[in-house]
Amino acid sequence: MRPLLDEDQEFFRSTTSRFLDEFASPAQLRDLRHDPIGFDPGYWRGGADLGWMSLLAPESLGGGSISGDGLVDLTLVAHEFGAHAAPGPLLSCNLAIAALAESPSHHHVIEQLMNGSATATWCDATGAAGRTPPSLRIAVDGNDVILTGTVRPVEIGLDGGWLVAAGSSPDGLRHVVVPLSTPGIDITPLTSVDFTRRYVSLGFDDVRVDSGALVEHPDSTAAHQRLRSLALVLAAAESVGTMQQALDITVEWSFDRYSFGRPLASYQALKHRFADMKAWLEGAHAITDEAATAVAAGSPDGDELALIAAAFSGSYGSELMQDCVQLHGGLGVTYEHDIHLYFRRHTMLRTLFGTPGDHRQRITDLLANERSVA
Amino acid sequence: MTDATSTESVDAFRLRARAWIEANLAHREHAARTLRNLLTDEEELVEVARERRIQRAMFDAGLAGICVPTEYGGQGLTVQHQRALNEELVGYEYPSRLQSPTFSPCTAVILEFGTEEQKQRHIPAILKGEEIWMQFLSEPGSGSDVAGAVTTAMRDGSSWIVNGSKIWTTGAWWSDWALCLARTNWDVPKHRGLTVFMLPLRQPGIEVHRIEMLNGNREFCQEYMTDVVVPDTDRIGDVDQGWTVGTRWMFHERMLFNSPLVTAPPGAGHGAASRGGAFGLACAAGREHDPVARDLVGESRVLTAVRGAIERRIGDGVRSGAMNDQSSAIARLFAAITVMRTTTISFELAGGAGGAWAETDGDLAELGVDFLMRQASCIGGGTTEMARNVVSERVLGMPRELSHDRDLAFREVPRSRSDR
Repeated sequence: MRPLLDEDQEFFRSTTSRFLDEFASPAQLRDLRHDPIGFDPGYWRGGADLGWMSLLAPESLGGGSISGDGLVDLTLVAHEFGAHAAPGPLLSCNLAIAALAESPSHHHVIEQLMNGSATATWCDATGAAGRTPPSLRIAVDGNDVILTGTVRPVEIGLDGGWLVAAGSSPDGLRHVVVPLSTPGIDITPLTSVDFTRRYVSLGFDDVRVDSGALVEHPDSTAAHQRLRSLALVLAAAESVGTMQQALDITVEWSFDRYSFGRPLASYQALKHRFADMKAWLEGAHAITDEAATAVAAGSPDGDELALIAAAFSGSYGSELMQDCVQLHGGLGVTYEHDIHLYFRRHTMLRTLFGTPGDHRQRITDLLANERSVA
Repeated sequence: MTDATSTESVDAFRLRARAWIEANLAHREHAARTLRNLLTDEEELVEVARERRIQRAMFDAGLAGICVPTEYGGQGLTVQHQRALNEELVGYEYPSRLQSPTFSPCTAVILEFGTEEQKQRHIPAILKGEEIWMQFLSEPGSGSDVAGAVTTAMRDGSSWIVNGSKIWTTGAWWSDWALCLARTNWDVPKHRGLTVFMLPLRQPGIEVHRIEMLNGNREFCQEYMTDVVVPDTDRIGDVDQGWTVGTRWMFHERMLFNSPLVTAPPGAGHGAASRGGAFGLACAAGREHDPVARDLVGESRVLTAVRGAIERRIGDGVRSGAMNDQSSAIARLFAAITVMRTTTISFELAGGAGGAWAETDGDLAELGVDFLMRQASCIGGGTTEMARNVVSERVLGMPRELSHDRDLAFREVPRSRSDR
């Protein structure tokens, strides 16, 4: 998050922050640990009213931004989601809206997502995130579309939600949108490190749907690439929120906790580690903000910056989290302490759209392409 | 130039800068600043003279001192103008040796603390390339503990007599002036007895010795000052208030490439891992298809990009007041984290050529020496240990380290094992 927000952005951010303080407190997150959905439908509609799902939506449907840059505004919400380990498919719903924004026949889905009455599961099953083969195959058979394969892990929200997925087809990659309740879609819950969100495996055993499920893009490959970069930027923004919160809590603790008659914060051995963590955190803020701006503007370096932001906040964020645990001593690995809530969220995000190692390989692919072109 | 209508727009300025640069400057790949010993002394002096001429030409073209007020020969423009100029310089020669420490911290300190007469005398000369400045800050006996300086200035009528030694001045053997931190009072605690002076480098009382680094580089110098006379009119700031100046001096030093006074293409200070650099090394080593090498290349690229981003973030944050001045230590620390790792990666990618090479090895040659010099990135411009103290104490607000000299007259402070 930028060090200085304009007044409207700050108002928007603080409104979401206060909402999450009230409706997604650590105590509430613990209460919802075994809830099948993980959040209350009223909570989600409340967030929708605050504009969580409006920032990437077309203006013709009531969407729009605070600052003129919807993605940058959305990273503020994502930051607060990370800082609160807030439940709910913020990333999936917004990515689904972005995927459908150019497809007029699916505006009814966007409307349901925007008002919070439905949620969406978004997944990239093209194998592009890592070095795995495509896991969802999309075949067109006359007026029907046939879906085959398995995708995991994907986030799931309210009952009766939508699935927006990118998969491979004989004509290249395609996007489809179908109700998750479509017969033949097998939903198997997964156990996640992040108990504030629900992740599942989706099985498609030759699922036959109407070809109206296909999402038309003027350029399907470009649309897919853009969605992948959006996903990485949003995941990075949430990750930075978790890092900020974990470090804030740990700094506070270092002032409160006394050993040998002095606060932890007075030990140079520990102060120097805090300084390193602060540097990693500021780096994660900086690169994520630059990536958001570049992706929003469609800059040529946007895709690379999104990968860099995800790789950096993933790898250095994990180091920060582990060190924050270490500095809490035994308390840091208890269920009672809050720090694991943010640690869980960060850890899940680190794996969700590819790992830091996957991103580094992709960054080098881009450098290699650049070199072969030059 | 405060009237917005009379101020040149950033876009117009950029076009003017671009046209002038294309017409007047030579294309040049920006050599990585790895402290390598690349030039002979004769070649170095030729480069210094050439850079002075470029600086003069930029001054004549209205492209020097972008953020310096017009009354001192600058352009009185904004940080955005300076950034535009920096961006336009990518791929061109520029006066790299004149940027640090001449423009930041020295010019910044003179602008902030100098008298009107001092500014009139030196700032235009600096902008014209006539004065290259050094910082006389570190001493052989005090590196991180800058305020423990023992170089002494004694009052003598309307002058001061300076004796002592300074060290780690880059290129002092071809420079003109120095900003010098000296002790003017030994009977008060160390921070309260310092004063800052300006002095010409080439004079009988100053002996400049060059220091050979482990890689053969001989740009760092040590100076011995014997009865150097400095008129009181060359004092910067009040007597015994040198630490007020010194604190800002070190802030400007940490700002370096982020300083609005420094002209340099983005990434100029970023050492060996410039864009595509690590991938180029992997190719040179025949390892461009090796997934392990590609992971290292990706990591190098990540750190280099984040380093640039954090410099911009901290620079903007400090200028807007959203972050305190001391936050520049965060960028300094991150730069070191980056260079440490990217230097190791480059060395790793070189394989056997990292240990022994031939001249024909091209980019793979000398990476082993860069590796030996790696820690210089954590030492020069203030050690990372000091940066970590500053970040934890001045940014995060943690308790200060205990010091045994705070309330003691400096004369009484132990300065070596034998003093105890």
